[in-house]
Amino acid sequence: MPTPAAIEAMTPETRRSGARRVLPGFGLTLGYTMVYLSLIVLIPLSAVFIRSLGLGWGHFWEVVTAPRVTASLRLSFGASLIAALINAVFGLIVAWVLVRHTFPFKRLADAIVDLPFALPTAVAGIALTALYAPNGWLGSWLGRWGIQVAFTPLGIVVALTFIGLPFVVRTLQPVLEDLDREVEQAAATLGASAVQTFARVVLPALWPAMLTGFALSFARAVGEYGSVIFIAGNMPMRSEIAPLLIVTKLEQYDFAGATAIAVVMLVLSFAIMFGINAFQHWALTRHGGR
Amino acid sequence: MAAAETLRPKGRPDAGRLVLIAVALTFLGLFLVLPLLVVFVQALSKGVSAYASAIADPTAWAAVKLTLLVAAIAVPINLVFGVAAAWAIAKFEFRGKSALTTLIDLPFAVSPVIAGLVFILLFGAHGWFGATLRAHHIRVVFAIPGIVLATIFVTFPFIARELIPVMQAQGKDDEETAVSLGATGWQTFWRVTLPNIRWGLMYGVLLCNARAMGEFGAVSVVSGHIRGLTDTMPLHVEILYNEYSYAAAFAVASLLALLALLTLAGKGFLELRQPELRHAARRARWRRNS
Repeated sequence: MPTPAAIEAMTPETRRSGARRVLPGFGLTLGYTMVYLSLIVLIPLSAVFIRSLGLGWGHFWEVVTAPRVTASLRLSFGASLIAALINAVFGLIVAWVLVRHTFPFKRLADAIVDLPFALPTAVAGIALTALYAPNGWLGSWLGRWGIQVAFTPLGIVVALTFIGLPFVVRTLQPVLEDLDREVEQAAATLGASAVQTFARVVLPALWPAMLTGFALSFARAVGEYGSVIFIAGNMPMRSEIAPLLIVTKLEQYDFAGATAIAVVMLVLSFAIMFGINAFQHWALTRHGGR
Repeated sequence: MAAAETLRPKGRPDAGRLVLIAVALTFLGLFLVLPLLVVFVQALSKGVSAYASAIADPTAWAAVKLTLLVAAIAVPINLVFGVAAAWAIAKFEFRGKSALTTLIDLPFAVSPVIAGLVFILLFGAHGWFGATLRAHHIRVVFAIPGIVLATIFVTFPFIARELIPVMQAQGKDDEETAVSLGATGWQTFWRVTLPNIRWGLMYGVLLCNARAMGEFGAVSVVSGHIRGLTDTMPLHVEILYNEYSYAAAFAVASLLALLALLTLAGKGFLELRQPELRHAARRARWRRNS
C-alpha cells in the first residue's frame, strides 16, 4: 500500500485509475447530490426555458424587444456595469489597504466589508433610501449641489455598489496576500517609482482577480431586486430595473412576458458565469499556479 | 506586513499611504457604516416606547416566527445536501466533477426574482403541477411551502461551497486510516470527519442562515403578501415602509440588522478559530482549474 504522502503526490488521474476507493459512501453521496440538485435547481430552472419555448419565436421576440423591456434591460445592465466599475476601483483600494497597511480599527473595517452579504437586501434598500432621500443625511447635502440620488438611476447605481463591494474585496484579498513582495522591493531598489512599481509589477499580477471580482459584482448586481426597488423610484422607461418588470408582469398575470424577460436575463447571466470560469481557466494556465 | 514597513525610511511621513487609508475608510464609511447606522437611528426616531410597540405588534411577531420557521427548515435541508456534496466532491475523483461544482454554484447566478418565478411556473395556478395541486387542495405558491422552496433554492450553494474546500484541505488520510482499522462509514464520518470540519460546517450554516432569514426577492414573488400569514420579516419591512410607517419599518429592520451584526461577529469568531476559513471558497475557486 502506498504511503499517504505517495498518494498525495499522485495526480488525480493516477489516483483515479490506480488506487482503489477505500472510503465508502461515494455512490450514496453523489447520487443524493445529483437528485437534490436536479429537484431543487435544474428541473425548476428548466421550467423557465421550456415555458418560453411555448411562446414561439415571434411572440418571444415581440415581448423582449418592447421598448419598456429593452429600457429596463439596458438600465439593469448599464447601472450594474457602472457599479461594478466603481467597485473595481474602490474595492482594490480597500483590499490593498486591508492587506498591506496597519491602522486603528483595521479588524473592524475588514469585518464590515461583509455587511452587504449579511444585511438583508430590503433593509439595505430602505436604509440607503433614507440616507439619500432629499431630506436624508446625504441627500439634503447633495441636494445643495443639485444632485438627486434617491428615485433616480443614480440611486440604483448606489444600491448596486453597496451590494457588489464585498465580491471585489474578497476576491482580491487572497491574491494580494499571496503576492510576492520581494519583486516589488526589487523594482523599488532598481529605481522604479511607487506608481511604476504598481503599474508594471503589481497590476499585472492582480488583474485576473480584479476582472473576476468585477464580473462577480456585475453578475450579482444585474439580478438584484430588494435593495434597488426602494431607492429607484421605479418609473417605467426611466428607473425600472428588469427584475422589477418581471414582478410587475407576474402581478398582471402576464406569465409569458415575465418568462421571456427571465430567459434573456438567465442566458446573459449564465454567459457571464461561463465567461468567468473560462477566463479563470485561461488565466491560470497562462500564468501557472495562482 | 512588518517587513515592508521597516524597509521604508524612518521619519518620513508616507503621504500616499495615508491618502489610500483615508480613501478606503471614507468609502467604507459612506457605503457601509452610514446605512447601518441610519437603520438604528430611524428605528428609534419616535422614541423607545414606539420602538417596543412596533416590535411587539402581533403581525410583526408573526413575521418573526415565520422567518425562524423557514430558516429552521431550509438550513438543515441544505446542510444535509452540503455535507453529501462535499463528501462526494472532496473525497473522490470522478468525471464531470468541475461541471458539478459549477452547477452547484448556479443559484448564485440567478436573480432572486427569477428563483421565485420558477416556482410560480411549476406550482402556480397556471403552472405545470397547478391543476394536480388544486385537485388535492394543496397550496404551495402564496403559502408557506412556496416560501420554503424559494429560500432553499436561493441558499442552496452556501454550505456546500464552504465545506468543499475545507474537506479538500483535510484530505482523506484520516478517514482511510479509520476505515482500514475497521470503522464503518458512519462511524468514520461522525468520529473522524465531523470533528475535523465542524468549524467549516458552522461557517456555512451561519452564512446560509443569514441569507435564509434575509431573503427578499424570491420570497416576495411566491409569498402573496398575506399579512400575519405569509409575511416574513423582510416582507413585513416592505409592507410597513409602503404604508409610510417608517419608524415601525425601521424597527423591524433593526432586528434584521442585529442579525447581520451577529452573523459578522460569528464569522469573525470562526475565522479566529480556523484562519483557513477566510477566503477558503475563493482560494479554491482559483485553484480548482489549475
